[in-house]
Amino acid sequence: MIRDPKDLQRYNASERSNHWVVGISFILLTLSGLAFFHPAFFPLTQLFGGPVWTRIIHPYLGMLMAVSFLAMFFRFRHLNKMTPADREWLSKAKNMVDGNDHDMPEQGKYNGGQKAMFWGAALCMLLMTVSGLLIWRAWFGFDITLVRLGAVVHAAVGAAMIALIMVHVYAAIWVKGTIRAMWYGTVTRAWAKQHHRGWYRQVSGK
Amino acid sequence: MTNHWVDIKNADLVFVMGGNPAEAHPCGFKWVIEAKKQRKARLVVVDPRFNRTASVADYYAPIRSGSDIAFLSGVINYLLSKDKIHHEYVKHYTNASFLIDERFALEDGLFSGYNAEKRSYDKESWKYQFDKDGYARVDETLQDPNCVFQIMKKHYARYTPEVVTRVTGTPTDAFLKVCEYIAETAAPNKTMTNLYALGWTEHSVGAQNIRSMAIIQLLLGNMGMAGGGINALRGHSNVQGITDQCLYSDALPGYLGAPLDADIDRKTYLEKRTPKAMRPNQMNFPQNFPKWWTSLMKAWYGKEATPENDFCYDWLPKRDLSYDVLNMFDRMYQGKMSGFVCQGFNPLASVANKKKVGDALAKLKYLVIMDPLVTETSEFWKNHGEVNPADPASIQTEVFRLPVAFFAEESGTCTNSGRVVRWHWKAVDGPGESKGDAEIMAHLYQTLKHMYAKEGGAFPDPILKLSWPYRIADEPSPEELLMEISGKALTDLHDPKDATKLQVKGGDQLASFGFLRDDGSTACGNWIYSGAWSQAGNLTLRRDSSDPSGLGQTLNWGFAWPVNRRILYNRASADLAGKPWDASRTVLKWTGSAWGGNDIPDMRPNAAPEEGVMPFIMNPEGVARLFARDLMADGPLPEHYEPFESPLETNPMHPKNTKAKSNPVSRIFKGDLEVFGTAKDFPYVATTYRLTEHFHFWTQHSKINAILQPEHFVEIGEELAREKGIKAGDKVKVRSNRGYIKAVAVVTKRIKALDVDGRKVHTVGIPITSGFVGRTKPGFLTNTLTPAVGDANTHTPEYKAFLVNIEKV
Amino acid sequence: MALQSLDIKQRSATTTPSPQARQTVEIAKLIDVSACIGCKACTAACIEWNDIRGDVGNCVGVYDNPVDLSADAWTVMRFTETEQNNKLEWLIRKDGCMHCADPGCLKACPAPGAIIQYSNGIVDFHQENCIGCGYCVTGCPFNVPRMSQKDNKAYKCTLCSDRVAVNQAPACAKACPTGAIQFGAKEDMKDYAEKRIADLKERGYDKAGLYDPQGVGGTHVMYVLHHADQPKLYAGLPDDPSISPLVSLWKGAAKPLATLALAGVALGSLFHYVTKGPNEVSKEIEDEIEREDERQLREEAK
Repeated sequence: MIRDPKDLQRYNASERSNHWVVGISFILLTLSGLAFFHPAFFPLTQLFGGPVWTRIIHPYLGMLMAVSFLAMFFRFRHLNKMTPADREWLSKAKNMVDGNDHDMPEQGKYNGGQKAMFWGAALCMLLMTVSGLLIWRAWFGFDITLVRLGAVVHAAVGAAMIALIMVHVYAAIWVKGTIRAMWYGTVTRAWAKQHHRGWYRQVSGK
Repeated sequence: MTNHWVDIKNADLVFVMGGNPAEAHPCGFKWVIEAKKQRKARLVVVDPRFNRTASVADYYAPIRSGSDIAFLSGVINYLLSKDKIHHEYVKHYTNASFLIDERFALEDGLFSGYNAEKRSYDKESWKYQFDKDGYARVDETLQDPNCVFQIMKKHYARYTPEVVTRVTGTPTDAFLKVCEYIAETAAPNKTMTNLYALGWTEHSVGAQNIRSMAIIQLLLGNMGMAGGGINALRGHSNVQGITDQCLYSDALPGYLGAPLDADIDRKTYLEKRTPKAMRPNQMNFPQNFPKWWTSLMKAWYGKEATPENDFCYDWLPKRDLSYDVLNMFDRMYQGKMSGFVCQGFNPLASVANKKKVGDALAKLKYLVIMDPLVTETSEFWKNHGEVNPADPASIQTEVFRLPVAFFAEESGTCTNSGRVVRWHWKAVDGPGESKGDAEIMAHLYQTLKHMYAKEGGAFPDPILKLSWPYRIADEPSPEELLMEISGKALTDLHDPKDATKLQVKGGDQLASFGFLRDDGSTACGNWIYSGAWSQAGNLTLRRDSSDPSGLGQTLNWGFAWPVNRRILYNRASADLAGKPWDASRTVLKWTGSAWGGNDIPDMRPNAAPEEGVMPFIMNPEGVARLFARDLMADGPLPEHYEPFESPLETNPMHPKNTKAKSNPVSRIFKGDLEVFGTAKDFPYVATTYRLTEHFHFWTQHSKINAILQPEHFVEIGEELAREKGIKAGDKVKVRSNRGYIKAVAVVTKRIKALDVDGRKVHTVGIPITSGFVGRTKPGFLTNTLTPAVGDANTHTPEYKAFLVNIEKV
Repeated sequence: MALQSLDIKQRSATTTPSPQARQTVEIAKLIDVSACIGCKACTAACIEWNDIRGDVGNCVGVYDNPVDLSADAWTVMRFTETEQNNKLEWLIRKDGCMHCADPGCLKACPAPGAIIQYSNGIVDFHQENCIGCGYCVTGCPFNVPRMSQKDNKAYKCTLCSDRVAVNQAPACAKACPTGAIQFGAKEDMKDYAEKRIADLKERGYDKAGLYDPQGVGGTHVMYVLHHADQPKLYAGLPDDPSISPLVSLWKGAAKPLATLALAGVALGSLFHYVTKGPNEVSKEIEDEIEREDERQLREEAK
């Protein structure tokens, strides 16, 4: 693809790097976490140098993800404040999913779905971090009830988070022209105008 | 033990006082559990602490340490006043009917004949009345005011339940409950076994504590019975064996009294120790004393011992006084000893008043330690900080350490508390340069002999002429030693009644001490072990556990001294006619022509019941002694005396007589009196004991034992802890007038404050299993605190009752 | 430790059944608390047989040393002083793995074959498969497994599976001087316990009974208790233990449901794409932009 100088900058290099650190650690965490989640996934431990290494590495990856996610959270928090327009968008999300986005209200840099994703992921991240610390036996020895609670929360929220990120990834795939925003940082004006008209107007002055 | 370990399972009541077998004898304790499981036996424990034994007991009663005689006397009073005694047994098998000298009396805590200056008794008035034939007079109706039974009734009437509670602190209901349990075994077919250990011995009235129990067992008819008896639980592996051989300076092997200065020749010596029967028809077995002694001398001096030289009597050392451990260390302390050989003994840790022992050792020229392990004694001179603040620069004693093999590193025999002698085989070689005890002693002897031969000496004969028939002179084998101890015929022995009949061929091993002679034709190193290695071979090797009676007698398992007899006084398990008191537990019975049953008879095998031979054949009376006549230093009947360090100002039994506060005839050395503490400065009663996890000061070298019990502690009750602001786990300092120790506090419900004579008495429990070498946390030696005063008869120190104070560090 | 050959009944993190053709006898260790004198011979035997040596600790003001279970102490004695019916009692309980029929540790373990239940009832840890996650600790209703600080593996009593495999009693039972630890077929142990309970009842312990908690399917280490109505008295022995509902949830329904849900999301996305097609930028907007550009170009040309 030839880049059009008129394309719009959606993410700068730092933001993209931050995203991919989170993304990569998430993928590794998912693979290693699933390995312990159900025996069917246990062979995934071989990706990490065996089950013991998987057990050792997983929580450190978790810490990496938590920290980098935190950075991302502070970068994008102000852009993800819910507005009435977002709520309206969310109420019409079904139309959107059906591929009928003509009546969707005008969106800023992020639409209501993306914002919901942002806050959902942040909540999951918080729960995963706290519950993960509770069950990290190499370093901590909490009360057994807390550890048990931690284990349930970690497993359940982990599954929810994976589902959430799957939706996130699929949305990026589904909405053509999106992924390049995370590769090169730019989107076409048409893409911006179509999906984020408010933002398009703001950056193009039109 | 009069009985044996397995026999405990035959008891209906297991009465534990003065011991804590679950703690100190966990393996033997299995038989208590067995009695509970199989016979529904009850277990009753009386102890200052609710201990591990109490944890599985049916009933527990607390007692103030040092007041056992008052408690047991109360029991005797209960039995006598409620008539809960085995009448037939008491009447026929004890000296209840014997008449005592009319002058005998107990006045305000002192028996007749007391000499305050010498702290001893003239015992003339403690003897029997004798008739014109030289036999003791008896009153079979037991009514004569001078008969033992009446004397006892009077003596014990003073120990009412109220008095017992006042002296011992045991609540009256608890005391009476214990009495009820005990009294039930007065029935001829019920037995109580008594298990005791150093909780009775280690008092200034230790021997009388045990006598009190003996009296109870005789009144109940429990001696000689399966599941009965007085059972001393020996504390070390093979300490029974070493006691049998020659542990104390006052006895030769086999408990033969050692000669005194006054025994100027063999004749005097033998006459004094060879009693005449005190009643008609009695076996009076000790009349054989000359045979045992002569055979011993033949074992020691062989051909050198002849009738002409009095079998070398003159070569034996003659004692001027008691050489017990307290006396030894007092002499050392006074600078009267220059060398000390310490074989398998750790006196710095084991003997009372550690400071005195340390100071005494510092006065020696040389100290030889024979031990498999590093002992505290071997490092008495070394500064270990606060736990042993010695100043090496000021100590000139030269210390030699000779590494000795452990039991598993040599073959030989071990004798357990039940007198069962068993052979064991060497498992491994000892490490490094260690050698067996016998090898070291033999080497030492050979060197000495060589020096005497070369350089001469003051009195060389006893050394130079000692019989030394061992194949390798430097290394007598355990087999050779056991054969020598067991004894053999030196010439052909013919039947004394029929000279034509050859009994034993010269050179053969003897089957029993019945074959010993006083003419020098037999040699035997220890008469009570005679037969352990007969012509049939080494009987201590036997491991046949078959038990046809089901009583656990297992007569083909090892060898029990004497003559493989498992239950002593077993003739008393049957009535006068020879019918067992309890047929279901038949030990012995008269079969019509001989004594048979499930044991070796403690009786002439063909002595028909009509002959009137009584069961206690080792006594010239033929019967057991409720009243000990002149045989005890401190009285023919036990009387309560306070420990030398008592929380009370006076003896509550005799508040007006200060002479009768503590044992009036216990020996007190100069200097020791000064370091007794008073209740004003040291208000708490301390008692010392072992813990299961350790064996004295040895196992602190073993990592596993150290893991199981890593650090010294003291136990106090919750009430005292509250008063002193001490919490479990706090470091505390315990002081007596002789020193202090620091340890961790264990605060427990298991030690209760007792109400004694109107005041509250707290107990501080102090385990002895602490030392400053080994793998446990370096700790103080408990005997830093204990007083160097002992029992009037045995001089065993009073480790079990003394005064301390305690504070949080 | 895997030094024995015993039939396997269950493996951790394994969803298919183990071979079941051979029938073996269920065994059990019976600890008769009423005959235990707390001598710690069992503890010593355990340390010795298993070649484990912990550190020499400290006295913490009670008799309990080692103070707690650890990777180097697979059984410990717990001493409790209590007054029951105005009578002082010193209850001494040997603590260690109960070898549950329904073992929480095995249920929680994510590593295939790290925890094994043999057909005789022994639950054993195979440290070579252990990944050190500590989930067994989380899963155990009796707080028994301990992680080693040295190798991060979990350890606990093996019921001497290596000895039992060659028809030897566990080291603790062998060493117990009073017969307080009995070992044999579970049925026989129950019969024996009944006799002991009858004896205790005759001695006035009306509530004496057997501790074989059904909440975990019964155990292969059972206790005879004088106060079977109050197991808590014995240094906190659980009154009615079962695998925590949290653990059941975590290792039970949650896993397959979540796995299905994730598959659902993935497949849902796929089919959404297939059925609805991609969300492209619409032709109109692209045209709009193009027109804008042309306009701009024109303006610039002027």
